Parts: sequence; structure tokens; C-alpha cells
Amino acid sequence: MQDDVILYVSGLKKYFNTTEGVVRAVDGISFNVKYGETLALVGESGSGKTTTGHVIMGFYPPDDGKIIYKNKYELSVPMKKRPLELKRDIQIVFQDPGTSLNPKRLVKDIISLPLLIHKIVDKKKIYERVAELLEYVGLSEEFMFKYPHELGGGEKQLVAIARALAPQPSFIILDESTSALDVSSQAKVLNTLVKIQKELRLTYLLITHDLGVVRNISQRVMIMYLGKIYEEAPTEKFFKSPMHPYTQMLLSSIPTLSEEDEKIKPKGIESIGEIPSAVKPPSGCRFHTRCPFAKPICSQQDPPDIVLDSNHIVRCWLYE
Amino acid sequence: MKETSTNEVRFLELEKKVKRENWRRMWFRFRKSKLSIVGLSIILILLLMAIFAEYIAPYPSHAGLYIAFKNAYKPPSLEHFLGTDMYGRDVFSRVIFGFRYAFMMIGLVLLLVVPTGVVLGLIAGYYRGTFIETLIVRLSDIFISLPPLVLALSIASILEPNIFNAMMAVSLMWWPWYVKLTYSMTVSLRNEPFILAAESQGASTLHILFRELLPIQLGTILTKVTLDAGWVILIGAAISFVGLGAQPPTPDLGTMVSEYSKYLPEYWWMSLGPAAGIVLIILAFNLLGDGIRDVFAGE
Repeated sequence: MQDDVILYVSGLKKYFNTTEGVVRAVDGISFNVKYGETLALVGESGSGKTTTGHVIMGFYPPDDGKIIYKNKYELSVPMKKRPLELKRDIQIVFQDPGTSLNPKRLVKDIISLPLLIHKIVDKKKIYERVAELLEYVGLSEEFMFKYPHELGGGEKQLVAIARALAPQPSFIILDESTSALDVSSQAKVLNTLVKIQKELRLTYLLITHDLGVVRNISQRVMIMYLGKIYEEAPTEKFFKSPMHPYTQMLLSSIPTLSEEDEKIKPKGIESIGEIPSAVKPPSGCRFHTRCPFAKPICSQQDPPDIVLDSNHIVRCWLYE
Repeated sequence: MKETSTNEVRFLELEKKVKRENWRRMWFRFRKSKLSIVGLSIILILLLMAIFAEYIAPYPSHAGLYIAFKNAYKPPSLEHFLGTDMYGRDVFSRVIFGFRYAFMMIGLVLLLVVPTGVVLGLIAGYYRGTFIETLIVRLSDIFISLPPLVLALSIASILEPNIFNAMMAVSLMWWPWYVKLTYSMTVSLRNEPFILAAESQGASTLHILFRELLPIQLGTILTKVTLDAGWVILIGAAISFVGLGAQPPTPDLGTMVSEYSKYLPEYWWMSLGPAAGIVLIILAFNLLGDGIRDVFAGE
């Protein structure tokens, strides 16, 4: 394993038993997250991206695979069995700040909880630290004594970010953290996230379906479809020269305003169909049912990893 | 360094101010309904009467054993507001002492039942899917399935019938309802992201149960407690009425109704007093319960 890797994931699988059958939410994915970067995990709903984040958090154990954090911690153990320092070092910001903040607790109680658990500051200075954290994410200290329902959506999410920052973590999972917000607060939250990442040298795993967010804050992108990762590239390459037909389809479906944007958009790929059920995923390449370039082999065999250059990997038979 | 401590003091004062403000808001929501004020006032008055019964009752010695046959069977008058009974005791004085037993009953039953039920319900809900849940839920199902009067009857026949054992019997059938209530709320809150967030940051189980899960349920629990207070009186009176609760000459409201009902309808005033007392106390608690529900529903 390289030294610059903070999170190493290999062959990760997570299946859920439902009444309709086994849902293969995550079906054997491997990737690395490097120190200090923002890695975006992109996919439609049902692609397994949130499940991936939750397995890393330990909300449920994986069925197979390895997750190694900072070269020494094994993350396949459930949350409750993890050492306290790990619960300090990895944080999550949830999608909906309306449900991720306890409605009966004051903002200062919410933010001071991790400070107390991990003994970050002296008990007598808790309030002061909470005020600092609030100020750091762009909220005034008056928010300390408010209940979540007195806050707007963007403000709530900033409180959730302050809570995640409180224990001084090095790795934060952003689980669709901006998709529940309106556009103006989205911008504020994104700017705050970028600012604190730079200043605190944080590593982000950005889970999202919003390609605009990806373009703005991430350095690398992985595209996930039905539990598998099909393309992995630096953000610039991902948007300029998408290789996988699925990526091209996603990018061509972004509405554009300027002609300039329109020019760089991939042409000729219409978005067709819906994401198939993860209970009975298509054989071979899982995208072949919607792929305009599908060849006979696509439905028979899993595509291999094709390394286009050192940082751009695509899993598609077209490039064999 | 000095500056930091004054900062902290300032924050503490701000917190006090905000908390006061929140109490004021709750009081405002409670006050909006006149009937809940009426309920609260009645309960406070009855409570004061119960505490200072010796000083308020016109004939405090009439509470227990007291015989003055020359005064017996007197209808209500200025001297005896609610008349006198077959031994010449002042019914009004006895009813005032009756409130004392009523509040004791409410206090003891709820003190036993509410903490037990709530804690067990929280635990069962939190440990959903484990044997702890099965154990607690099945156990409370067993107790719920026993009819309260039959339970009281068997307890009274094993032990002696008195007010304490009657309260034990009531408590024994009551706690599972609080388990059910908190259990179902806890199960639905258990996987909310804010619980996951606290857990993933390393919060202890005690913190999750009592600082995250309980405060959300407090309003519902308190509303049930006030509404239940009336029911405790009613069941207690029923147990006393069939002779399994407090025994004469204890001035328990239910026991008095039972004793005096033999003299209906000629000496109607005897049972009217304690019966009206029971109605008043239940009514007041129900009005209060509605007010408390409004306080928490408004949030």
C-alpha cells in the first residue's frame, strides 16, 4: 500500500436480504482515497454509493472485502467495536440536516457532545470552543442556544459540519451533504467545505449524484452503477474525455446554459431507460441493457480494468 | 486567560436566559387554553387541602374512628357542608382526608410505574432484535393480559387487603403500558440519522437512551402520566369499592363510596361527597393533561 493512501478499499461487498431477494447494493468495489484529496463517488440513486459510505462508517458490516484506514485500522468491524480514536478521526455529514440533528437538543449540546466524549478541550472552555466552531463554519455565536427547528436548511447543515469538525477528524464522508439544500445555501455550504478542507488538510469522500458539485470541489471522480465502479478519473479528464458510455450518458444529460458548456458535452448519447433492480442485476457489464454500443460480449463477461493512463481507469469492453 | 473565563460566564448567562425564555413559551402555550388553567388550579387547591387536611377540615377527628350517634344522618347544612354519616361523622372533613389518600395513591403508583416502564421501554427499543427486547416485551405482554381487578383480588387474598397492597396491584398491571409507549417510540427513532451521528462519534448507550431518545418522548410520556393519574384514582376506587383496598374507617374516597352506598337513596349526601371528590380529581387531571399535550404539540 502506498504511503499517501488514507483509505484502502478492496473487493468490498454488501448485500441486503429483502422480501424480494438479495439486493447486491455494493458488489465488489476497490478504490483508494489519498490524504488531503476530495474523491467523489457518483451514481444514480440505487447505485450503492451511500451504502459504501455507511459501511465505511460501520453502520453495518461488509459481507466481504477489506477496508484499511491509515494503514493500521481494519474498518470491517462494526461501529460499536471500533476504538474511540477511530470514532474521532472519521466523521460523516448526512444528507438531510433535518433528521441528522436531534430536535430536542440545543445547537451547543449537539456540537459539544464530541468535544466532551473525546476530551478535546477543558470542560470549562466548552462554550467558547463551540462558539469558535460556529464562527469557523460561518455562523454567529447566537446559534448556540437555538434548537434545530429555529434554523434554516443551510444553517442546519453548517451546524452538522461544525459537529463533524469538533473532534478534529482527518477524514469526512459527505453523504449527499448538499443535495437537500436550496441552491443559495448549497453554494455557501460548498464554499465552507472547501475552505475548511484547505485549512485543516481534511480528506473528503464526497458521495453525490450532483455533477455540478463534483466539478466544483473534487479532484478525482469514481462513477458507480448497480454496485460496481465503472470509471475512475481525475475530475478534469472525467468531464473532458469521459470514456465509459454510462459516464457519457450522465454528462450529456446535464442541462447547460452557455454554448461553451454545450460544446464540451458528449454528443449522441441519449439517456434511455431506468437503473435496473439490484436484486437481479444484468449479467456481464451491468450497463449493457442501456448501452447504445453494447456488443455480445458485454452481456456475457464482466469488463476488465482498462488503464488508459496512470490515473484514468475504465471498465468497458469497447476499449479492449 | 482572564478574558476566556469571563467569556464562558457570559455564555452561561446567555444559556440561562434562553432556558427561561423557553419556559415562558411553554407556559404561554399552556395558558392559551382556559380549561387547562382550571384543571391545574383545581389540582393545586386539592393538593393543598390534602397536605393541610388537619387545619382545613372542620372536624379533623372525624377522619377515622369517631362515633357521635346524636349527630348521625344529618343532611347538608352550614355546620356540615356535606351532611354527616351513620356514625355522626362530618362527610366534608372525611372527603378532605380522602384527597390525601388519593394523591398518595397517584404519587406512589406513578413513581413506581413510570420510571420502570419508561426505562424498560427505552432499553427494549434500543436493543431491538436481541433477546433483551424479547424478554422485556413478552414480560410486559403477560402483565397486560391480566385483568387488574383479578390481579388485585389475588394479591389481596394472598396478602391482607389494604391501600398499600391495592396500589401494588395497580402498579403491577400499569407499568407495561409505559413499556409499550416508549418501546414503540424508541423503535421508530432508533435509526434516525441523529442517533447514528451520536453513536458514530462515540456517545455512550446511557447518553443515547437518556439524552437523545428520552427528551423527544418526554411530552408524550408526561401527557400520558397526567391522563393516567385520573385512571389510577378510578381503578383504586373500584378496588376499594369491592372491598379489596383501604378498609373502613380509612377515609379513602372509594372505600367511603362503598360504605355509604348502602344508605342510598335516603341518605344520598353521604355518597355524594366522596363520589363528587372522585369526579373532581379525575376531571382536573384530564383538563391538565390536555393542557400539557398542547404545550408539547406546539413545538
